Amino acid sequence: MPAARQWYELMPVKRTDKTPMPQRDATDRAQDFDEVNEGYCFAHAMFEAERCLRCQDPVCMEGCPVRIPISEFVHAIAAGDLPRAASILRTANPLPAICGRVCPQESQCELKCHMAKRFGPVAVGHLERFVADWERSQPLGESPPPPWQSARIAVVGSGPAGLVCAGQLARQGYPVTVYEALHAPGGVLRYGIPEFRLPNAILDWEIDALKRLGVEFINNVIIGKTIALDDLFDRHGFSAVFIGTGAGLPKFLGIPGENLNGVYSANEFLTRINLMQAFQFPEADTPLKVGKRVAVIGSGNTAMDAVRSARRMGAEQALVVYRRSEAEMTARVEEYHHAIEEGVKFHWLTNPVEVIGDDDGWVTGLKSLRMELGEPDESGRARPVPIEGSEFVFPVDNVVLSIGTTPNPLLAKTTPGLATHSWGGLVVDEQKGETSRRRVYAGGDAVTGAATVILAAGAGKSAAEAIHQDLSAGL
Amino acid sequence: MYKILAREDFSDVTFLLEVHYPMLAKAAKPGQFVIVMVHADGERIPLTIADFSVERGTITLVVQAVGKTTREMQQTCKVGTALYAVVGPMGMPSHVGERKKVACVGGGLGVAPVYPQARAFKQRGAYVIGIIGFRNKDLIFWEDKFASVCDELIICTDDGSAGIKGLVTDGIAKAIEVHPDIEEVIAIGPPVMMKFCADATRPHDIKTMVSLNPIMVDGTGMCGGCRVSVGGEMKFCCVDGPDFDGHQVDFDELMSRLARFKGEEREALERWTRNENCRLMGEEPHPSG
Repeated sequence: MPAARQWYELMPVKRTDKTPMPQRDATDRAQDFDEVNEGYCFAHAMFEAERCLRCQDPVCMEGCPVRIPISEFVHAIAAGDLPRAASILRTANPLPAICGRVCPQESQCELKCHMAKRFGPVAVGHLERFVADWERSQPLGESPPPPWQSARIAVVGSGPAGLVCAGQLARQGYPVTVYEALHAPGGVLRYGIPEFRLPNAILDWEIDALKRLGVEFINNVIIGKTIALDDLFDRHGFSAVFIGTGAGLPKFLGIPGENLNGVYSANEFLTRINLMQAFQFPEADTPLKVGKRVAVIGSGNTAMDAVRSARRMGAEQALVVYRRSEAEMTARVEEYHHAIEEGVKFHWLTNPVEVIGDDDGWVTGLKSLRMELGEPDESGRARPVPIEGSEFVFPVDNVVLSIGTTPNPLLAKTTPGLATHSWGGLVVDEQKGETSRRRVYAGGDAVTGAATVILAAGAGKSAAEAIHQDLSAGL
Repeated sequence: MYKILAREDFSDVTFLLEVHYPMLAKAAKPGQFVIVMVHADGERIPLTIADFSVERGTITLVVQAVGKTTREMQQTCKVGTALYAVVGPMGMPSHVGERKKVACVGGGLGVAPVYPQARAFKQRGAYVIGIIGFRNKDLIFWEDKFASVCDELIICTDDGSAGIKGLVTDGIAKAIEVHPDIEEVIAIGPPVMMKFCADATRPHDIKTMVSLNPIMVDGTGMCGGCRVSVGGEMKFCCVDGPDFDGHQVDFDELMSRLARFKGEEREALERWTRNENCRLMGEEPHPSG
């Protein structure tokens, strides 16, 4: 009698390949802002978790900036123990539903996976998302006790660093107040990442969970303008402050024509859509004018978000223009593939040199040069060199600049003694995350410059530990 | 929060709101602005802080009902109601330097934001010449308030129904003629007015500060929508401004950029007006708007 087959051997997929993420049809999804990925079902997750080799030395964890015990939570899924998987995950990473969706797994945990050497890696990101989504579908437990510590903490900025820092401190019993400059909390998770990648409902759930822990959110307050940082200590009675103000200042190229009508920073383009819901205009009041042809300059995740949003806003031709080659692209590979499926055209080794406009000040084209790769530059990447006489013009109605952001100088400029690097990042003690000001800590993009959600979350978490230790030790 | 404590209508398009937000009132300085949302689906619109009172915990905003959002504010912002969001104070405060003689020029709605600057100059001992311009007599507001902080007040109306017949630039010419020793002009009003004020003072080499009002979203330097060219450099009005040297500002670019959502603005206003008419008639707003 042949040996009984395991259930997963009946699955219509090869065990060598990563279980594909169910996703919406590209033509349909490019019409709206609903989420593209539909998420694993329980069978997908069990099947995928079974692919894990259970290595003696789980190197996947080394690839994770916050060192989630990945193999442990994957094994818990394989054993069908989702509550345990959820608890392992959430202890290590307070924002699993978000990171499972937006982390660049292919250059972190999944890059290290032994399976990846010959086959597809274990889909750690998809599994993380599955567990977090399952957790969200469960009834809420008993309300946690109200804060019991006497020292109050202020968190400046409600992006990933601030949310995680607030959550970790609240779990230690501290009363935490989070100040947000915009009218809704979430920072870049709200204004930057579009809903087709990260639905607002997930962000809202995480924020509600923090509120249940006793965290207070105050919107429409700019620390450094409405309240001076020193007044948080002197007048408002906080014992420590965490700064997680991100890197929100858009860079421009400095090429002619950038102020023409129809040129947006990716920040403006995405904020109008995500925070202000311009895709619902005129039901929502904020407009965004998107023409038939849109060129996005840059190759990061923000560029992918912008170009895919342009498609959804009605652009028939959406292109990405980047001066380096595909190999130097910094976006998550999944977003790149999704963009291609949605009809986005990529123009590598193409350097924009001028935005061209008509007499009324509206964009009509993007003048560019073809490039070729030369010797490596200071970043170690091959330096793109212009090909002489290769100048040409993309006829476009809009140009969206997505060439990076820098930390917002607003708080540092208004706070005496808060030291910054020449490029704008806050100077912190690497161990604790403490700034040049006593009891003022910082983390996330405000310190590192534009990076990832998971790194910001990690920084928020370690700063929370440092704050707890310093306050307990009476330092 | 953001409760409206007082309202005064200056004309059928211009009105004043006194909004309760003690923390902001304490932080506000002349020349700064706030961003306001009327409701959750509303736009974020920048409005200059025309006045503030730490004692009352309020800021004063003067609004001209020209577009959908401001028309809606005119309709819904009654005493006792509250705005959905108010945030600020944004921008750099106006620099009120040591001056012996200044002219403070306000055109239309611009009279409100230039008032706290005129008062600040007066308090610092300067001789203040006020020049305020309106289309006609009926639109004049804050004449007395302005007069109380000015040593001289010149009123200009387009049709001559009050004061001198002419634009504020005629007022400026007249003031310079009498007072060639004016050290600084502060001009606030529609962009085209500020452009011509800068042109009027340029030959006399009188420093002219203007307060710009470009389209913005967040107001904290994040979107870059409010970028303006000043002396050939890109500046963000929300964090670098709103006050700039009028002789350096590229007003033509500013005016072009202000018109970039003209079509959408018209569509929103027409849709709102149609729905408003339906509501007045006691009918359900048409689903298509």
